[in-house]
Amino acid sequence: MSERSGGWSVCPIPISRYPRVVMAHGGGGRIMARLISDMFRAAFDNAELNQGHDGAVLDVSAHAASGGRIAMTTDSYVVRPLRFPGSTIGAMAVNGTANDLAMCCAEPRWLTTGFILEEGLAMETLWEMVCSMADAAALAGVHIVTGDTKVVEHGRGDGMYINTAGVGLVRPGADCRAQRVEPGDAVILSGDVGRHGMAVMTVREGLEFEAEITSDCAPVWPTVRAMLEAGIDIHCLRDATRGGLASAVVEIAEASGTSIHLTESAIEVQPQVAAACELLGFDPIYVANEGRFVAFVPSRQADAALEAMADTLPGARPSVIGRVEASDPGMVALRSVIGGERIVDMLSGEQLPRIC
Amino acid sequence: MRFVDEFRDPQAADALVKAIRRTVTRPWTLMEVCGGQTHAIVRFGIDQLLPQSLTLVHGPGCPVCVTPIEQIDRAITLARRSDVILCSYGDMLRVPGSGTDLLAERAAGADVRIVYSPMDALTIAQKTPDRQVVFFAVGFETTAPPNAMAVFQAQAMGVPNFSVLVSHVLVPPAIGAVLDDPDCLVNGFLAAGHVCTIMGCAEYEPIARERGVPIVVTGFEPVDILAGILRCVEMLERGENGVANQYARMVRADGNPGARRLCAQVFQTVDRKWRGLGSIPLSGWDLRPEYSDYDAAIRFGLQEMTADEPVECRSGLVLQGRMKPSDCPMFGSVCTPERPLGATMVSSEGACAAYFRYRRRTGVSE
Repeated sequence: MSERSGGWSVCPIPISRYPRVVMAHGGGGRIMARLISDMFRAAFDNAELNQGHDGAVLDVSAHAASGGRIAMTTDSYVVRPLRFPGSTIGAMAVNGTANDLAMCCAEPRWLTTGFILEEGLAMETLWEMVCSMADAAALAGVHIVTGDTKVVEHGRGDGMYINTAGVGLVRPGADCRAQRVEPGDAVILSGDVGRHGMAVMTVREGLEFEAEITSDCAPVWPTVRAMLEAGIDIHCLRDATRGGLASAVVEIAEASGTSIHLTESAIEVQPQVAAACELLGFDPIYVANEGRFVAFVPSRQADAALEAMADTLPGARPSVIGRVEASDPGMVALRSVIGGERIVDMLSGEQLPRIC
Repeated sequence: MRFVDEFRDPQAADALVKAIRRTVTRPWTLMEVCGGQTHAIVRFGIDQLLPQSLTLVHGPGCPVCVTPIEQIDRAITLARRSDVILCSYGDMLRVPGSGTDLLAERAAGADVRIVYSPMDALTIAQKTPDRQVVFFAVGFETTAPPNAMAVFQAQAMGVPNFSVLVSHVLVPPAIGAVLDDPDCLVNGFLAAGHVCTIMGCAEYEPIARERGVPIVVTGFEPVDILAGILRCVEMLERGENGVANQYARMVRADGNPGARRLCAQVFQTVDRKWRGLGSIPLSGWDLRPEYSDYDAAIRFGLQEMTADEPVECRSGLVLQGRMKPSDCPMFGSVCTPERPLGATMVSSEGACAAYFRYRRRTGVSE
């Protein structure tokens, strides 16, 4: 990343020596040790990582005294291309996993990272991705405390894949799960939808629009924390990543045995995202996001929740997009902009561009 | 978004709905010909806003749905060849052939690529001269001009490793086939606006006059569709037939003369088999003999391949407007988007898929 904030901008692995990743970088010998110490440890620098063990030892004693629940999650990142407008695979690997923890009302604290590198990946590219991970970790307030590196032969990967696992500290008193969603709850969406998926798509497919579409990739814990600190009784949170807003809401309806009624006009979609979706025949409510979530809260607290969420995520305008009802358990219905109603279901597979 | 938002305007839609309610005094059945219109009708819940005596039935205008099964089998045969890169629009990939589909073939190692234009496929052919690049050229008159251009350019530039697997279909003969059915209930048609953008309106005049039906050229946004419905029921109530153009911001009477010329130069009209409907005389386009070098079916010797459709699939009745998808005994049980019996359950424009996605459960009235 050219506009790095961390101060180191030069790749620490001398170009003259290894301009590209070679099999030995995953071989367990000195070359790998050098990669870990000069690149990963230098960038991720934190006390837990610097213990230098096979694993990280984490101190949760203070948290244990106040309830002591921890949340854990893992996710793998295989996005292609590695960089796209607004974000990179590195930032995604940090925010995506940290956001999964936030969806458990847990403060994200520690991440692991597993790199699967393709032989021949430019060392500068690896450094750029590692730096964007370090930046995202600093912004999200998480430490990358341990990791693993494997190298696969040229042609067996898309440059690099990243797996991250995360541990977070669940806020005392928080009880956030689909089963708590109940009739009368308000459905709040944390911002506009469809940007991440379309940002990746436009770069991957070489489509150009007048206004650039940038990924919404960002940490959402500050927004969740603000809601908790405002005393909102959050019944459930779900991030609208793969499968988009629609799939997230359908999952909750099915798991909670309620029906969810959405209002299409309340769901914000940026004009350039809407235009790109129209062109390809995509429905923006099925397009992936990396910094948006839905919250289910008691309707009497909806205004307070919106107030708490405001200004926690730059550029995002949270809004109430629907309500939970008892009839037709498991169903999601959407009132269209012209007043007709339709069922919202999960897609059977991925969205495919339409013929005409 | 300009040119979209104003045609999704709730007030404008409401005014049209009220006008339709005022106009309709008798039961009428209208067929929207194009799958894109079907999709919009179900997605926006347009049919729920109409008076009960007005019935919309969904026509055969989904290009993915009507492509015959043997043509899918030909594409799959080509995709399996190690020397072939098969390029296609995205939604053809899930359509089941006799045994498998192109997505499954891709997973098994076939080089199947989604492109957004046949010109992209031509570019791939130029960049990979050691491979055969085949574009799966399906669709109505709307998608024909770019396919004609790709073949024209391939010949002009001399790209010997490019060819097209052609299965073009034409709207007017399909409307004729629907009307020929003795059980036909359709009183009026909403013609496919984008097809008419290319072809103009003239070829619908004889059908409208001879069969005594109104045909209204209609767009794809809710306000367009409601305006088309209003125009059609006004004509029906007055006992008028003929062609009306309710999509004048896109459609000129003579269509796009340049595109028509190019299509006439590259394609000739032939009998065509339609999935679900059978063979309809003079209902398709194929390459003219002077472009046969670029015909993938000839180049790879696939012309004799035939296949039968699964007998339990009723998509033919659905495509003729004689059965609602949800009335099919297979709908949602044996036949789902994950395990489709026919293409109408596959394409996002297919009537069965639209019903499955938007109307499956009981909570929403039909």
